[in-house]
This record gives sequence, structure tokens and C-alpha cells, in this order.
Amino acid sequence: MSVKLMIRAGLALLLATSGLPASARAYPTDPLGSPMWQAHARTLFGDDPVRFDPRVRVAFPAIAENQRVFPVAVDARGIGGVVRIILFADLNPIPVAIDYRPQAAEPYLATRIKLDQRTPVRAAVQLADGQWLVSGRWIDAAGGGCSAPPVSRVKGDWAQHLGEMRGEAWPTGPGASRLRVTFRHPMDTGLVDNIPTYHLEALTVKSGGGRVLGSMEIWASVAEDPAITLLPKAGAGEPLRIEARDTNGRDYRAAVTVAKQSAPAR
Amino acid sequence: MRIDRRTLLGGFAACFALPAIAAPPDYRIDPVAVADGIWMIHGADAPIEPGNGGAIANIAIIDTPAGTVLCDSGPSLRYGRALRMVAEKLTGKPVARVYVTHLHPDHGMGIAAFDPAIVAALPGTIDDMRRDGRGFSDAMYRMLNDWMRGTELVLPGQPIISDVEDFGGRRLRLIALSGHSAADLALVDERTGLLVGGDLLFHDRAPSTPTADLSAWRASLDRLAALDHKATIPGHGPFDPSGREAIAQTRDWLDWLEATLTEAVRSGLDMVEAGDLPIPDRFATMAAARYELQRSVSHLYPGIEARLLPRIDEPAD
Ligand SMILES: [Zn+2]
Repeated sequence: MSVKLMIRAGLALLLATSGLPASARAYPTDPLGSPMWQAHARTLFGDDPVRFDPRVRVAFPAIAENQRVFPVAVDARGIGGVVRIILFADLNPIPVAIDYRPQAAEPYLATRIKLDQRTPVRAAVQLADGQWLVSGRWIDAAGGGCSAPPVSRVKGDWAQHLGEMRGEAWPTGPGASRLRVTFRHPMDTGLVDNIPTYHLEALTVKSGGGRVLGSMEIWASVAEDPAITLLPKAGAGEPLRIEARDTNGRDYRAAVTVAKQSAPAR
Repeated sequence: MRIDRRTLLGGFAACFALPAIAAPPDYRIDPVAVADGIWMIHGADAPIEPGNGGAIANIAIIDTPAGTVLCDSGPSLRYGRALRMVAEKLTGKPVARVYVTHLHPDHGMGIAAFDPAIVAALPGTIDDMRRDGRGFSDAMYRMLNDWMRGTELVLPGQPIISDVEDFGGRRLRLIALSGHSAADLALVDERTGLLVGGDLLFHDRAPSTPTADLSAWRASLDRLAALDHKATIPGHGPFDPSGREAIAQTRDWLDWLEATLTEAVRSGLDMVEAGDLPIPDRFATMAAARYELQRSVSHLYPGIEARLLPRIDEPAD
């Protein structure tokens, strides 16, 4: 959790337990009727203005075939001036999955998360003026996504592959690309048996010259072996650097060059 | 605290009321004659859902001189019991053998209604059920609750080790294959040439791939295509009198699926986008096509990514 989020969460808890209203602000009524909406809104948005906006497109499959690996894509390209995207699932024990700042990238993010039970899955995007636009839907899930051991823990081979990264970048237009990165990482939630929490916690995409194109904080509710798709502003042939860090302080570094030719589809 | 009569009565009323309210509806089991002494029960061509009680798999009833033979047994104890009644009434003979074609719960959980000693499956299927049965059972209870009441996880008692079984002169050829799962049983009735394909064959219903090995599945389809059978009962979807269409359709879908997901990874799509890709018009007759495509993305995509995306990490220093 970022320092800011942590302080806000702590503050919300303090105020809630002292019986005082946590915020004078009234958040809009949740169209999804989630029992956690007000609490999450307080933690994530504080006193910033909030409204529900369908232009924040949150796409995912009709069913959660595997609640440990549930794909979600957030597309806010229909909105100008997005500075931040938070992907969260209200009823997960670790609600926030990714907190992304697309500094020089399109406001788009695709990844896979764990689902612990039937829950709203949402994205909140923040505009430069501070206001938050929120959208999402309920998804049914059998449960156990966060409180079941990851597949690689069961297989016992995660340590041999830790740090393996795969990826590719394709040009999508002038100065625009699509980057896909996958990691081998157990993404332990700390909620299973006595396995302590251990997950990727930060990822940055930089240009060849070292300029930050996008950066994110990552929580253990992202699926094991994280896969992330972003749209950095980098043209065909340009080098990209990916730097990441996990909660044990291990660093991950990779280099990808945006392909000269775009892929056949898209 | 004093417990008065009213409190007690209230408690009793609640106890009695619950089962009555929660009584599940009955399965409708309509066998249709498809060959001499063989009937097919056509499962719902839909996902497993409360509306159908999980009765989505096709089932074959074969009348033999040695008794009634069933291929697959449905999703629950309740279904298995109803199936037995219907089948025995139809043939006038007790059930002598129940085959389980593979591990999936829509085919095998109904064996709870039978003596395990007459239930036969490939050794690999029995191993699969021992490993995954509990997980499948939990998932079925969650999706179907009351329909599943009383259904215990039972393992087939009879591993299939020969390639033919003779029921008083009616011989069934048993073919051990794989691909839809690690062990898939197909049967041919020698008298009529009818092939029971299990879930190696889907007909006008999109194939499901939770335990699939696509190249093994294709090899099994080659084996089935080379048989001299007449007609087929697929695992899901309508009877195939041609004996060829279900094989061709299943192969067409699997080829399309693998090529499409491979191309999706190559072109940089994520899983959500891959699950939303257009499905060709020629599959318009296939029920549950979008549903199965999205499930298959979940089953297969990470493996294709691991194969096709190049390593990009730099050695840690
Ligand atoms: Zn099956």
C-alpha cells in the first residue's frame, strides 16, 4: 500500500472505531450496492470528488473460470487527462490489485487478479484536476482465489523460475506501442497457511533514455505469475526498459525493443 | 432462561419447513431410440447451471442379454437414481455395467447411485477422479446445491484393462484414448456399429477444454475417424447419424481455437481481448461457443504465452 493509501486507511479505521464520521464528504450511491463501497471510497478517494462514469471501461469475461487468474482490462482512453488508474475488487481481502500512473502512456491496463468471492471488480481513474471516475461490475466467483495456495507453491517449483520475465512490444501507431510483460512470481498473499506475504510491489516502464513512461504499485491480489499489458508512448524500434521490485527487495530488469512491424491483428 | 412451549414449537416448525421449501425439482429423462437396443438421453446443450441441474452430458443406454449397460451416469445421486429407474423400465433388466467415459463431474457423479463394483472406467480416469474428484464435487455443490443433495464422491470399482467386454453375446469394443482429459473412453457396439464418443466428440455444442491436451485430442479424433462405425453419440449435443459430422466439427473447433489463441498471443492481445475475439459464422450452430471460448482462454492462454513470448529479463547482478 502506498504511504498515502496506508495513512488514509489507518485514518479511516481510527475514525470509524472512534465513532466519528470518517469524512464529511458524501460519496455517490453505489449502483452495484456493494457493502464495502463507502469504506473503500473513503480509503481511496478521501475528500476528492467522485462520480460513476461508464466511459471508464472495465472489461472481463462473463464467468470466472479460474478465480486465481481472472483477466481484467481497464480502458480509459475515451477520457482526456487521466493521471492514475486503480484496479480493485471490493470484497477481496486485499482489495487493491494495481495503482497505475500512465505518465507517458495511454490510460489502459490489462492484467489478471485473484477473486476471493463474488465481488464487484472496479476501476477508478483520476483526472489531473483530482476528481475520480469509477466504473465496474459484479463477478461471481467460487472463492479461494486469495486464500488458496498458488499453483506453483503446490508444484513446489516456483523458486527455480523466480525472476523469469517474458514480453514483447508492438507498434500500434506513430509513437505508440503495446507492451506485454509476464513474470514468474508466486504472489503470496500472506493469507495461506504460514506462507508470508511475498509479491511484486512496484513496476516502472522507462524509455531508452530513462524517462518514466508508466509506473505502478502492485499488491498480492494480482494473480500468480503476473501478466501486464500497457500502452506506452514509444514508437517502432524504440527501446523500453522494465524495472520491478518485490517485497523481499529483489530487483527485476528487462529490456524490450518495440517491434518494427505491428502484429497482424490490431 | 425458560424455554416455553411456543419457542419449542417454533423451533420444530422451522426444522420441518426447511426441507419442504428446498425440495429440488426432478430431472426429466427422455431416452430416444437411436439404434437396435440403444437409446440416447440428450443433455442440455448449455453450461452447468441450476436450471438444468447439471444434466448436460449425453448418456447411452444399451440393452444386452446380460443386463442394461449405461455409458455415463449424470451429475448427481438424484440423477443416477432416476436414470437407473428409467433405463431398467425401458429394457426390463437390471443395470449390469456403468461406464464412466472420463473424470468430469457432469458424466461421472451419478455413479453414487450404483454399486461401485459394476462401475468401470479407464485406470487413468480412476486416478484422475481420486485426485480431482473432491474439487469437482465442491464446485458442483456450489453451483447446484439442492440438486446434488446426498451425492457422495464414489470411485469406479472396475478398472478397464481389456479392449472388449461381452454381455451375453452383445460385444462392446472399449477404446482407450486421451486429449479431452488424460484418459477418455470411447465404445463401439459391434452389433450396430454405434460409437459412443464421450467428450472426445462435441456436436453443435462447443468443446470444453479444462483438462485438454489438444494434440492428443487430435490424435484421438484421427483414431475415431478411422473406425468403421456407423453413427455416433457425442458427449454433448445431438445424435450424429452420419458418424462423421461430430468428429469433423470437434476437430474444426480445436484447430480454430488453437490457431486463434496462438495468433492472439503473437499479436499482443491479453486474455480479455482474446475471449472477445469474433467466432466464425461456421460455428453459429454450436451452442455455448462464447462461453467455451472464454473458458478455453483461461485454460490455455498462459501456456501459449509461456511458449511464445521471448525471455526479456537481464541477468541479476
Ligand atoms: Zn468432459
